[in-house]
Amino acid sequence: MKERVVVAMSGGVDSSVVAGLLVEQGYDVVGITMHLSDVPEKVLEEDQQGTCCAPDDARDARRVAAKLGIPHYVVNYKEQFRKSVMDRFVEDYQRGLTPSPCVRCNDELKFKALLERSLSLGAKYLATGHYAKVIRTESGTELHRAVNEKKDQSYFLFGAPRAALDQVLFPLGNMTKEEVRAHATRLNLTVANKPESQDICFVPDGDYAGFVERQITPEPGVIEDEEGNVLGEHGGIHRFTIGQRRGLGLPGGTPKKFVIGISAGDGRIVVGNDTSLMADGLVADRCNWIGPPPAKNTPVLARCRHRSVPVPAVVTACDEQELTIRFEDPFRAIAPGQAVVLYDANVPTRVLGGGWIIRAIDANQEAAA
Amino acid sequence: MDHNATTPLAMEVYNAMQDWLIPGRVQNASSVHMEGRAARDTVEESRESVAQALGGKTREIIFTSGATEANHLAIYGATEADEHVITTAVEHPSVLAAVEARADHSILPVGVDGRVSVASLADALTEKTRLVSILWGNNETGVLQDIEAIGRLCRERNVLLHVDAVQVFGRLPFRVADLPIDMITVSGHKMYGPQGVGALWVRTGVSLVPTLSGGHQERGRRAGTENVAAIAGFGAACERLPALLSEQERIAQLRDRLWGGLAAVDGIQRNGCADAALPNTLNVSFSGVEGEAMLMGLDLAGVSVSSGSACTAGSLEPSHVLMAMGLSGQHARGAVRFSLGTQNTAEEVDEVISRVLDVVERMRRAA
Repeated sequence: MKERVVVAMSGGVDSSVVAGLLVEQGYDVVGITMHLSDVPEKVLEEDQQGTCCAPDDARDARRVAAKLGIPHYVVNYKEQFRKSVMDRFVEDYQRGLTPSPCVRCNDELKFKALLERSLSLGAKYLATGHYAKVIRTESGTELHRAVNEKKDQSYFLFGAPRAALDQVLFPLGNMTKEEVRAHATRLNLTVANKPESQDICFVPDGDYAGFVERQITPEPGVIEDEEGNVLGEHGGIHRFTIGQRRGLGLPGGTPKKFVIGISAGDGRIVVGNDTSLMADGLVADRCNWIGPPPAKNTPVLARCRHRSVPVPAVVTACDEQELTIRFEDPFRAIAPGQAVVLYDANVPTRVLGGGWIIRAIDANQEAAA
Repeated sequence: MDHNATTPLAMEVYNAMQDWLIPGRVQNASSVHMEGRAARDTVEESRESVAQALGGKTREIIFTSGATEANHLAIYGATEADEHVITTAVEHPSVLAAVEARADHSILPVGVDGRVSVASLADALTEKTRLVSILWGNNETGVLQDIEAIGRLCRERNVLLHVDAVQVFGRLPFRVADLPIDMITVSGHKMYGPQGVGALWVRTGVSLVPTLSGGHQERGRRAGTENVAAIAGFGAACERLPALLSEQERIAQLRDRLWGGLAAVDGIQRNGCADAALPNTLNVSFSGVEGEAMLMGLDLAGVSVSSGSACTAGSLEPSHVLMAMGLSGQHARGAVRFSLGTQNTAEEVDEVISRVLDVVERMRRAA
């Protein structure tokens, strides 16, 4: 009997091609689209498309599934998504953090709820359109960066437990976007030329502050420099992220300043010079390791936000839960709330795991401590 | 096993419709010329068939695009915007939407058995009440309401009663003329006829303002060119009523056979009153298993069922019907509806039982 694979179909070109390729490879493919949120009609502009998980995308996924002759279902994860991703997104901003909703969605929805659902339907694997690779070795499943550096999504996947990785397929890990589009055209999929989804799916207009303000009443506060001099006022700490330069609303003539600190307790935004953004290391918690946690003094490559190049660092302390690293060269604008993902210094494609950044370590502070 | 969602087209219906799906054939039943007259004849013959099947007068039948439109015509057409309207918490969404759009409305609760009490209706009736709208046989649970008792009360209080009989028509015998009701909604595709056609029977003497106006069709009560092919099919489906009714005892036995087989499942519960129910419907909850997951698992195993009304499916919210009956969110989410039809056999039922057992076991193992 053919092995059953559930494909998480977003309605976009990537996951559609995954479904098509797995059908060609002889799997018994079942398509599932997760219904995660209802984007209010007024937020959607007519020319906006390609955001994942909206009803139109479920329709696209259904049409692709029909074309491929595979069963397709829409599952309702709105409640879980609201609780574990959307509410958390707002809370993170309220706590002065820079949220990472896509990682949380992978951890809580795709590689938990959807994976469980897939197994209960008798599937051997859950396949997604992520650009990353799983490599199964004798010592266990490994997660690697995609061959396609520009598209690599391994950062978003660090939180998947190894047991989950045992049961996933990422068929696009070796492909370029052009190859994927060529497959879509060859398979005659209507989504071949659909634009990429860019923004966070539940904030399709990219206005995060506006989204947060629809959920909570923002509390104004002050903007001050490192010496505590008040330079201006702001409409809520959720409008800021570490390293931000634009939109500070400081009076004209103020020298170039960056957000270097967000104080959730008293609503203060601290601004300073570029040099104050440089960190020597960071501390992260709620770690997930794909394999044993790296030992002290292990050289690693650390990625502190999506799309930044992993930089050389050394593990200075690490256990199952918590991680401390020191960068080889100071790293700019560490934002608590984002994930730090570690790659093997010797095999730079291999993801060791990572955690959630709780604070940056800078040389001055440490000297003081 | 999903006949409450829709039923397969009967051969007689297909034949009757084919005559009106011939390329080149002119079919406007309002036209004066010969072709128009032929279409008119067909529409009127169908009207006679529907009237006869319902036990009402021909002139009391208004063809509509389906049950949703018929429900809206009854509710919006028979009441003024400021009049009080009453319905129940377990209605089809098309009725709930129309009633809730009226400023002055009451939604009656139901018991754990899914039935509405006549006493609660008596309490809800006011001087301003114009209309009560009741779903006779529930599409999700199969539970029947006591239409005669409700109708008698409405008569006493001089209030109109509209009955949505979509699921009952073809499954239980009745004659509208003998019932204390004023309007009844029926649908083609729930009784082996085509989709896109339904009818509202309106007792002579009940005045109705059309919801679709601007044409003289249906005696000025529903404007719009008649859908001749669908109406012809609906008429043919109604012609089959005696045969359809004669099947229901066998279907009820199949339903009981299904329940007999499923009752052994650990943690299963039957939802809704079993004593006053449609002969074909079985609604059950499997504790610890999501209905949505069951639906998918059963579909992949070749068994077509539903988690409730198909209208809320596609994106599953816990059934408002089951929630109104006081089920927990978890039980409501674990609900699966089996609804049988004339083509089902005992062998199929046995096969379904075995596949359900397999799927439940696999779901529980994976959880």
